Formats: sequence, structure tokens, C-alpha cells
Amino acid sequence: MQWEVVIGLETHTQLQTNTKIFSGASTAFGAEPNTQACVVSIALPGVLPVLNKEAVRCAIKFGLAIDAEIAPRSVFARKNYFYPDLPKGYQISQYELPIVGKGRLTIQVGDEEKVINITRAHLEEDAGKSVHEDFHGMTGIDLNRAGTPLLEIVTEPDMRSAAEAVAYAKKLHELVQWIGICDGNMQEGSFRCDVNVSVRPKGSDKLGTRREIKNLNSFRFMQQAIEYETRWQIETLEDGGTIQQATVLFDPDTGETRAMRSKEEANDYRYFPDPDLLPLEVTADDIAKVKATMPELPEAMKARFEQEYGLSAYDASTITASRSMADYFVAAAADFGGEAKLVANWVMGTVAAKLNEEGREIAVSPVTPVQLAGLLKRIQDGTISGKIAKDVFAAMWAGEGNADTIIEKQGLKQVSDSGAIEKIVDEVLAANAAMVAEYKAGKEKAFNGLVGQCMKASKGKANPAQVNEILKQKLA
Amino acid sequence: MSLDLSDVKRIAHLARIEIDDAGAETALHQLSGILGLIEEMQAVNTDGIAPMSHSQDVTQRLREDVVSETNQRELFQSIAPAVENGLYLVPKVIE
Repeated sequence: MQWEVVIGLETHTQLQTNTKIFSGASTAFGAEPNTQACVVSIALPGVLPVLNKEAVRCAIKFGLAIDAEIAPRSVFARKNYFYPDLPKGYQISQYELPIVGKGRLTIQVGDEEKVINITRAHLEEDAGKSVHEDFHGMTGIDLNRAGTPLLEIVTEPDMRSAAEAVAYAKKLHELVQWIGICDGNMQEGSFRCDVNVSVRPKGSDKLGTRREIKNLNSFRFMQQAIEYETRWQIETLEDGGTIQQATVLFDPDTGETRAMRSKEEANDYRYFPDPDLLPLEVTADDIAKVKATMPELPEAMKARFEQEYGLSAYDASTITASRSMADYFVAAAADFGGEAKLVANWVMGTVAAKLNEEGREIAVSPVTPVQLAGLLKRIQDGTISGKIAKDVFAAMWAGEGNADTIIEKQGLKQVSDSGAIEKIVDEVLAANAAMVAEYKAGKEKAFNGLVGQCMKASKGKANPAQVNEILKQKLA
Repeated sequence: MSLDLSDVKRIAHLARIEIDDAGAETALHQLSGILGLIEEMQAVNTDGIAPMSHSQDVTQRLREDVVSETNQRELFQSIAPAVENGLYLVPKVIE
């Protein structure tokens, strides 16, 4: 039988606010345990939550970015469960009336575009952290994180492969950073994904029983976890078994998923509206104010890059995959002033490859946009060839200075003096009589060989176009 | 809607309330009374009326995103039963 996997994602994004969602305690990461846990965070009796304006603004921003309905009135509810890192005995979340309604995000998988529908996004508070080291058989609790604002973003079960799920997660990860609502730091837990996976016979429109993979904090683990889980579910069903709804954890060491707890009773959260909080009202005016502060979104920027810089759809899409890359490109293109396609090629090619190799972010690239533009200017005006430019770039990367300094110091200036080139060509022709004979006998490839010899003889500095031309004349 | 004794015990368990059989009987009686009252109220026609989520018809006021709390860990932990390295200690949690 042919199987189809069905995937939906729930993503918890920590919002970039100074303070917690319901109190004035700091949200700065990495503080000493419990030094940012105020009376509200530790849930002393009688304290009351007061909603953070900035958290609401972040939610509205996200709603605008995914073209969603923003609820004029939304309601906070209590989600009741017991766990030591949740000292109130309930989490304040939104249930029936979330702030952000249906929206969409377009992803790119290979050459295909696909729209992923977003069901909702709601505001809630994060829990604290349990430290399971051995404290004489006890567990340590740090409540610094308790009350950090989260936006939980829930999709429809619209994805049909691990690749699509990862493409969606990456796109969302970029978007929340792009609009400045989340720092995207997955190591620190600012962006955490839960993935719901089920399988069904291909062609069926009934959903299978799902298992939820909790707390994936890297895209690579997400890919591995979904692939393992999909195989496991298909094998279980093919062996005549059934799937039980469950929460599972991914173990990066074994590459396997395993069930954590069955969901039945634990999942009875008995939501009800929190009487400590009034309904949240968002007016058209509030939305307009936030809209005025929104940066240009990736889709709009992509269209503009195609128009303004004449980039192909693929190039524009790659360049706008992250805001920092787009910023780098714009800065380099502005300073360069020449054909933007050349800038795009270098940013997506040499620059991206080098950054990748060293695991660095483009925002802190050792070669700045202005320095890159300086190098491209020398290609454009014929001072150096594209090939030599790669060597100059490597030297710039190593901190040896600007393109002009390096070209000067290493004597890399392209030779465009036709007398000098002619001399080289004559020498090469004299030394490679066999190749010349082959060419004259009709073997076109021998010509390229001769060009290669000339370039080599000039240490790559001869102007290739001129070498071609002079060679042709001499061989005619 | 009617409750039976097992519902009461289940709700008590979810809320971590210890309740004996006699207590459960009493709670069942009281809760059934409340549900009966709600059933009576449901006779009122509420078509076209948006449900309220709060008894007061006002909306949430918002707080500026400015840090106003200082570190009072020593004070708070002075009443905690067990602390170490700044952490509150609780009976071991097993997943």
C-alpha cells in the first residue's frame, strides 16, 4: 500500500519584550536562577496579572505578516495542570478566542511553492525550568522563565513530507526575526516546535491517529524525527498494529522517537476564562499604528528585487530568505552601482559558501558589503578577472585589507596591454606545436587548451577576452 | 446534565483535592444543585447575545513594557521549604 504522511506544527516563539507577559520582571536570558522571578512569576497568593502592551503589539505584527484576521476581542483562559515549574497550577493562555485568527504562509520546496494555512496564533505565558541534576534526590526549579511571553502558532495539517515541515519551520523562523518579534535563538529555546505526525493510505481523506513530537529545537532533528516517526507508524500499521495517540520525545543520540505519556487524563485541561483578566480589545486604530511600524515583508521585497534589480525569481527568493542577507545585498548593490546580478551571484555564491563553511552569520561577515562592492568594481572595470577576484576575496576574508590594497600588493592587476599578451601567445604557440596542429586539423577543443596555457603563463592575469582574440588572429 | 460519584472523584483527582466517600456524596449533592440552577437559567432565550467572558463589561488595560521588579530572591526563598544554588527544591519529577 502507498502511504501518505500528514503533518501539522505548533510553534512556541518567545516574544522579544523587556518584561514578562503579566508582570514587570525582566526576561533577559541567562540570569542567576530565580533572580528574575517576582511575586507574579512565583505565584504568591493574591497577586494579579497585568498584560504587557508590547506582547500584544508583537502578536498584531505577526497577524499582519501572515495576512490573518486579528480579533477585535480576545480572551485569556486558564489551562489547568500540575507541574512544579508551573507554580499557579494553571497556565494563562488563550483558548476559544485567540488574538490571531486564520492566516497563511507560502513556502518553497524545491521549485514548488505551497501555501500552508495557519489556524491561529495565541498569546500565553511560558513555564519555568526544571533542573534534573541530583539535588539529594530532588528536582531544582528556576522560575526566571515563568511568565515569559509566548506566541503559539498553530498550522492546519497541511504538510505532506518532512521536507515541507522543515521548509515551513525555517520560513516561520525567518519571518518572526524579520518582523522583530522573536530573536529566533533555538539553543536558548526562543523558538520551539511540536510536530503532529500521522499517516494514512494515499488517496484517503480521513486523518490517521496522530502522535506529537515535542520540543524539537533544531531543523536537522526535526527532519530526522519526522522521518523516523513516519517509518515507525507505517511499519506498525503494516504489521497489523494500531497507533495510540501519544506525546513522543526525539532522542538525537539514537535518532528514534519514544512515547512520553499517554494523553488521556493528562490532557483534560478544564479551560475556563481567567477571571483575573478582562477581555483584550484591539481596535482598527491599534492595528493601523502597528502596521505603520512594519518592515517591508519578504514577499514584497522579493517582488521589488525582481523589478528594481532585474533579479530572477529564484535569486530574489534566495536573497530575501533572511533579512540580514537582503540587507547585505542592498548595501553592496547600492555601493557597487553596476549590474545587481553580479552582486547577487557573489552574495549567494562565494560569500554564502564561506559563511557556511565557517558557521558564521552574514551580519558579521569579515568582508563587509562595501568591501565586496569594492572588489566587484575592479571586476567590472577590467582590473582583475573573475577568477583572480576569488583569490582577492579570500585575502579580504583573511583580513588583508581592501580589494585595491590586495591587488596592488600582490600584483594581481589584469594584463590588458596587447603587446604583452601577444608576447605570451607567441611563446605558448611555440611551446605547444602539437596542440596547434590538432587545432588546425579541426579539433576545436585544442583551442581551449591553448587559452588555458596562455592564462597559466600569465599567472591568470591576462585579460581572457584579449587572449581569445589574439589567439584567433594568430591561428587564422 | 447529571453527575455521578465517579465524575466527582475524577474532578477531585484532576484538581488534586483529597476527598473521602462521604465528602464525595456531599459534593455530588451540592454540584448537582448548581447544575440544576444552570439548567433553569438555560430556559432564558439568549439568541443574538454575545457571551461575556467576564462579569464586568470593561476591557483589559495594558502595561508599558518596562522592568519594574527587582531581585528579591533572598526574601522569597526565606519561606521556601528547601533551596539550593538559588533553585527551589521539589520532590523529584519523573517523566
